[in-house]
Amino acid sequence: MEMPAPNTMVLSGKARIVARLRSVLPADAVIDDEAETRAYECDALTAYRCPPLAAVLPRTTAEVAAVLRICHEEGVPVVPRGSGTSLAGGALPTADCVILGVARMNAVLETDYDNRFIRVQSGRTNLSVTGAVEADGFFYAPDPSSQLACAIAGNIAMNSGGAHCLKYGVTTNNLLGVTLVQMDGTVLEIGGPYMDPGGLDLLGVICGSEGQLGVVTEATLRILPKPEGARPVLIGFDANEVAGACVSDIIKAGVLPVAIEFMDRPCIEATEAFAKAGYPDCEALLIVEVEGSAAEIDEQLALIKAIALRHNPVEFREAADEDQAKRIWLGRKSAFGAMGQINDYMCLDGTIPVSSLPYVLRRIGEMSKEIGLDVANVFHAGDGNMHPLILFDANKPGDLERCEALGADILRLCVEVGGCLTGEHGVGIEKRDLMTVQFTPDDLEAQLRVKDVFDPKWLLNPAKVFPLAATASRRAG
Amino acid sequence: MRPATEAELAEIIRATNAPISVRGGGTRAIGAARGAVLHTGGLAGVELYEPGALTLVARAGTPLAEVEALLAAEGQRLPFEVPDLRAMLGRVGASTLGGVVAENASGPRRVQVGACRDSLIGVRFVDGSGTVVKNGGRVMKNVTGYDLVKLLAGSRGQLGVITEVSFKLLPMPEAGATLILSGLSDAQAVQAMAAALGSPFEVNGAAHWPGQGTFLRVEGFSASVAYRAARLRAHLAAFGAVEVEAGTDRWPAIRDVAPFAARPGDVWRLSVKPTDAPGIVARLGAEAVLYDWGGGLIWALMAPGADLRGRLGAFQGHATRLRGDGPGALHPEPAGVAALTRGLRAAFDPRGILSPAEAEA
Repeated sequence: MEMPAPNTMVLSGKARIVARLRSVLPADAVIDDEAETRAYECDALTAYRCPPLAAVLPRTTAEVAAVLRICHEEGVPVVPRGSGTSLAGGALPTADCVILGVARMNAVLETDYDNRFIRVQSGRTNLSVTGAVEADGFFYAPDPSSQLACAIAGNIAMNSGGAHCLKYGVTTNNLLGVTLVQMDGTVLEIGGPYMDPGGLDLLGVICGSEGQLGVVTEATLRILPKPEGARPVLIGFDANEVAGACVSDIIKAGVLPVAIEFMDRPCIEATEAFAKAGYPDCEALLIVEVEGSAAEIDEQLALIKAIALRHNPVEFREAADEDQAKRIWLGRKSAFGAMGQINDYMCLDGTIPVSSLPYVLRRIGEMSKEIGLDVANVFHAGDGNMHPLILFDANKPGDLERCEALGADILRLCVEVGGCLTGEHGVGIEKRDLMTVQFTPDDLEAQLRVKDVFDPKWLLNPAKVFPLAATASRRAG
Repeated sequence: MRPATEAELAEIIRATNAPISVRGGGTRAIGAARGAVLHTGGLAGVELYEPGALTLVARAGTPLAEVEALLAAEGQRLPFEVPDLRAMLGRVGASTLGGVVAENASGPRRVQVGACRDSLIGVRFVDGSGTVVKNGGRVMKNVTGYDLVKLLAGSRGQLGVITEVSFKLLPMPEAGATLILSGLSDAQAVQAMAAALGSPFEVNGAAHWPGQGTFLRVEGFSASVAYRAARLRAHLAAFGAVEVEAGTDRWPAIRDVAPFAARPGDVWRLSVKPTDAPGIVARLGAEAVLYDWGGGLIWALMAPGADLRGRLGAFQGHATRLRGDGPGALHPEPAGVAALTRGLRAAFDPRGILSPAEAEA
């Protein structure tokens, strides 16, 4: 993966830059020792690594502003980092950058149940936001699968989703306001504990901008009352097409499940060998979860069952109790771990129109055979967000390259059928060079102009999201 | 000017140097048009509707009524309950999808399903230089590149002329019910609405109309609606008797601010922290108010020319005048935010020709 050559003026000015950072931060908040900066050399896209010039771990918005002001004056690129769980390389450093980690900013600042919001520092982890309100019957809806570790800052940067967004939306639909520090150190309050902006929706474009428009230090998040209950069913089918048709019929019938998860045969077999959840031997299975009181759940599941039975399922499995419900989810929740046991894998994240599902799965099967790498599919069927897992062997020369080539072809296919490159992981460096598949030069130019407005010197996370060739003149200043 | 295609529209913008005001049906824009009026009605038609994927793509000039009828035939709807403000604003004409998006127009159901911008998943637009730009698409989970979809929603014609919009849809409910509490003070009403919205019973409308009552709405499958209405009634027992009315016939009047239609005066729309609302209303000296969104939205009827901002002082949120004359209709932005707004307008419309009157309103 090509990254820009480091700025030699910055590299040679390291001592001065680090001294200036130390002058505005506590001693333990600046890391420049080469052994220690290694801890920040990559995120969850571990194939690519590069230690930064330095890392800083501020504790307040004022400290973040002071750091950014110095980096702005010195012309030092800044790569913001939440918990470093990006699968797209969103927090990958360059040798001339300062990593700005928000992990120490993890306080709950305000909880307001009457107005249904919580205000937190952005380094707080996703799951611990729910943790702060669940005893009082509330939760924070976006639930990316890394939710135990990932930070709200990263969720906002990538507009993270999760399994339950068919009903509750993604981060942007649950974000009310942010404290944003601009690259020149200006601190802005955007939005707050009220609905919708009075002017342009700046919050809407900040969310999902992958740390390129500013550093979010605090966030006001919408919290929701927990549903009375939830229950899944498992439905097995002997063809992907039939499972796809069943999803479409459920949605058309007016039921709105909170989650519809889909697994294909390679995925079922791998997870069965690993987790032994007792899944049926079939081509495709759906896990459909609905919410409400016991009676409401019964009513919705009866409707779903009637629809599923019209499609002659191999099996329709209901959960009589909490234990059986857990077993239905067990295989799905173990899917990524199961793949990791078999081999190295790359997880893709394209979204497709739900109606294209059978065609796309068939094409992925053919492409997988042609290139000789296995692909298992697990995805959020209700919203078309796929997660094909390509298995490869990192120790085998050429395998990573073949895997990346197949991944790129699958993402091109997603765009070809009317979908997109990434549904919830973000572009980062991983899909940067495929942006021209989805966007025309004019489409990209409109986005680049937004960055020009927020960060005229192009110092914030500059080598991400867009093809390097498209941003070269801007990054050169 | 009434272009029939996006290409024709782009050509018109490239060829002019004069201000352009963009109009769909002319039913909800704030401020009078200045310069040439560009009508989007020629850019009409539904391009894709997949009920099984809850997805609709249509050209921006498509009449809202036509789309609502098409969706209703399949038992679906736009989630965010578009207000019809024609009677209140004294306008005629037929709302278009583009106009709805440009104003981010959202009704009572906003408390549960979000605003127009939350259901909008794709746009095409022509910027102030005449360049065609697309962003988002027809899938509901998409984080590829910057989210210009949100930026265009509510941009009131200032960043570009929207030519195509994509929405995610929701199923129409089988049944609905309205719960009515009577005799509550504004403060008690906001507390009752907070209790209802903080319950797991999926309240999707919460409004207080002083003198008329406090109204809560539930929708869904019939048995579910009956169950939730009963549980809510018990949940709200501390606020007095709760009457349960079958159906949701009262809600269009709330959505459309119907009580203000026949009365003279300025009409203001305030977005606030819900529990601040009664205190804000006490400072306003309004002739009438209507609370929606659990108190988060205040509709205020004021004497013509009344200095609402002066009476209000600082508060968290914003106020916009939808009916009335003179400057100051839009909420002033803090300097840093205003600088970004100016920068974005210059980036998308370097010649400053798009909707200048709307920007100054």
